Amino acid sequence: MAGNKVLIDFLNALALIGNFVLVPGIAYGSQLALGALGVTMVYAVLRFSNFAHGETMSFGAMVTILVTWVLQARGIGLGPLPTALLALPIGMLATIGLCVATDRLVYRYYREKKAVPVTYLIVSVGVLFFLSGLIRFIIGPKDQVFADGQRFIMKARAFKEMTGLDQGLAIKTSQGVTVISAIVIVALLFWFLNRTRTGKSMRAYSDNEDLALLSGINPERVVLITWIITGALAAIAGTLYGLDKGYKPFTYLGLVLPIFASAIVGGVGNPLGAIAGGFVIAFSELLVTFAYKRVVGYLTPGDWVPDGLVQLLSTDYKLAVSFFILVIVLLIKPTGIFSGKTL
Amino acid sequence: MSRSANNALLFAAMAVLLMLVGAMQSWNVALAILNMCLISAIMTLGVNIQWGYAGLFNAGVMGFTALGGLAAIVVSVAPVPAAWDAGGARAILGLLAGLATIAGGIWLWKKLPVPRTARIWLTALLAVSGYGLMRLILDPAVDAIEAVEPAMTGFLGGFGLPIMFSWIVGGVFAAIVAWAIGKVALGLRSDYLAIATLGISEIIIYFLKNEDWLTRGVKNVNGLPRPVPYEIDLQGALWLHDLAAWAGIPVVDASSLIVKLNYAALFLVVLIAIFWLSERALKSPWGRMMRAIRDNEIAAGAMGKNVTGRHLQVFVLGSAVIGLAGAMLATLDGQFTPASYQPLRFTFLVWVMVIVGGSGNNLGSILGGFVIWFFWIEAEPIGLALMNFLTSGMALDSPLRLHLLENAAHTRLMTMGLVLLLVLRFSPRGLIPEVKR
Repeated sequence: MAGNKVLIDFLNALALIGNFVLVPGIAYGSQLALGALGVTMVYAVLRFSNFAHGETMSFGAMVTILVTWVLQARGIGLGPLPTALLALPIGMLATIGLCVATDRLVYRYYREKKAVPVTYLIVSVGVLFFLSGLIRFIIGPKDQVFADGQRFIMKARAFKEMTGLDQGLAIKTSQGVTVISAIVIVALLFWFLNRTRTGKSMRAYSDNEDLALLSGINPERVVLITWIITGALAAIAGTLYGLDKGYKPFTYLGLVLPIFASAIVGGVGNPLGAIAGGFVIAFSELLVTFAYKRVVGYLTPGDWVPDGLVQLLSTDYKLAVSFFILVIVLLIKPTGIFSGKTL
Repeated sequence: MSRSANNALLFAAMAVLLMLVGAMQSWNVALAILNMCLISAIMTLGVNIQWGYAGLFNAGVMGFTALGGLAAIVVSVAPVPAAWDAGGARAILGLLAGLATIAGGIWLWKKLPVPRTARIWLTALLAVSGYGLMRLILDPAVDAIEAVEPAMTGFLGGFGLPIMFSWIVGGVFAAIVAWAIGKVALGLRSDYLAIATLGISEIIIYFLKNEDWLTRGVKNVNGLPRPVPYEIDLQGALWLHDLAAWAGIPVVDASSLIVKLNYAALFLVVLIAIFWLSERALKSPWGRMMRAIRDNEIAAGAMGKNVTGRHLQVFVLGSAVIGLAGAMLATLDGQFTPASYQPLRFTFLVWVMVIVGGSGNNLGSILGGFVIWFFWIEAEPIGLALMNFLTSGMALDSPLRLHLLENAAHTRLMTMGLVLLLVLRFSPRGLIPEVKR
């Protein structure tokens, strides 16, 4: 029976890691990847780092929440799925409208003037300021709850009963929704960029602006489509993050750092890199801040459990993880894993 | 109109605004705004050194400000002997282990004569084991220190020195961190510095919030010693009673006015000193070189100027000025509250000040600090009054009206964003433009 106990302990340790690292990591990584895709698209085509992207995500989530409330009040829902999914298209449209409007009113002027990237950076800080005020003015600075439907795809207890293990493995509906939508969105985006004429023209423009202009690609159209994609991605990423972790306006400014870190780790301007970077950052964050106490307890013989939490870094410092990864990448390979810069 | 007359007019208008607040609200409010204007002006001078002289975008003003606050604690608070006995020596040993790891890591990285991949792995190995060692030494010390009367102290305290000394130490703290960040992020693409500073400033705040043994964390440090007399002591003095009777105001008001004036005088001396030094630097050959680098890095590099080295220098200098302002801020508040550091207020608002004032012009930066801080504070009553007026037609209990009134305070964020965008678009050189030399 001793061998059996070792096996069960091992499976328990696996379930523990699955529950606290693997499942949340895949969901969080998808959210970061979608956010980083937006940053990377803007960087590849418009060539600046958009500091306002976090607030753009927040704006999309806010509109979705407002529409969700209307739908919930009318009793319209999706059954086990969150109603927010039904409201999301409207949130996406509103965010696309916001992005196109900011481009027309703000960014286009600097494009015509051929301003240096750092000017865009400061301009995006102005947009960030304005948006954060607008969001707090409309929905207030407090937390908002809008998740509904069935909370779990698999409850911890159901998993325990199914497998007979001591450790549960729970999958939240929001996590499942996040991963599935991320896969669909990314597939659509890559199909668009690689297969359609417009997508190809965008890649050409990003690769070599002058050559693209010579071949008759309309730059304003490329920019417009970039903002449409960015707005849609931002609204989706913001809503999924809000569904998973709860919507608080101030958290989205804090998301800017892990998102930028994801984009840079993967190679700024490279969509594939943005996705890889998102998962690298998410899993590093969770692995470094996870308390391995009980895992060690399961993997060591006998009933011994370590006294401390066996945690590399307190969860308060999870932001530091993305920062250190960023620093390491800047030191070792500033162009990122997939050498970036082109779409 | 000549340039200097124009500038004098702008500053006179600012003075009139402050006096209006004094006459209409209260002189205490006006002086409180003035003191914060002075500190903001020093911060903007720091950012202007980086942005106006060299074109560097520092998105971590908040972090450097908070480091100044940390300096205020470390320098001025009386030491806690019980905490030092409990784990002081061990904590220092742990920090030394950490420093040794960093130094060793840098040495391995730079000097070890092995291939690059091997170097990466060896450095990583050293970093991980050194970090483990540091935690092994530090963690028990931290627990012991934090267990010493957590409701009262629970931290090591400081050195019990005069708090004004911390203004210099705050500058030094900020300079050290800026040097480390600059080493990593300068010389790469321009927005990497912005992202790196944004990150480090958040991490500094998390550090200050969580390392209770050093800063008491979110329990805050209250009652920092003051460089100026206390109101209560002044109220016992006869001359103050005479003065208050002469001015026709209550003694309590008079005492707090005197205290605020004292602060204002101290801050003004620092502001003038930093302004004078910055102007000297700007007019010197060094300033000319910095502008040359800013306007054309490639040409300056071709002339033999070390672009990255100069950038590092100017970045460290500017951050030191911000750290100094941060220590002054904690001195004025008389407390250190890590949770109060918000990026919108401490990083991006300072940027609005610099851009609106006039990047590259020190006088403009000072004016920007004054104007923007003034409106940041006064936007709240103005916004509320405006909202009251706009909604006066609605029913008193209309939900829309209540919502608008409740959230009126957030309109100032929108206003600041709008001001920044409008100035960038229509008057990118700011209120007092850079002087063409």
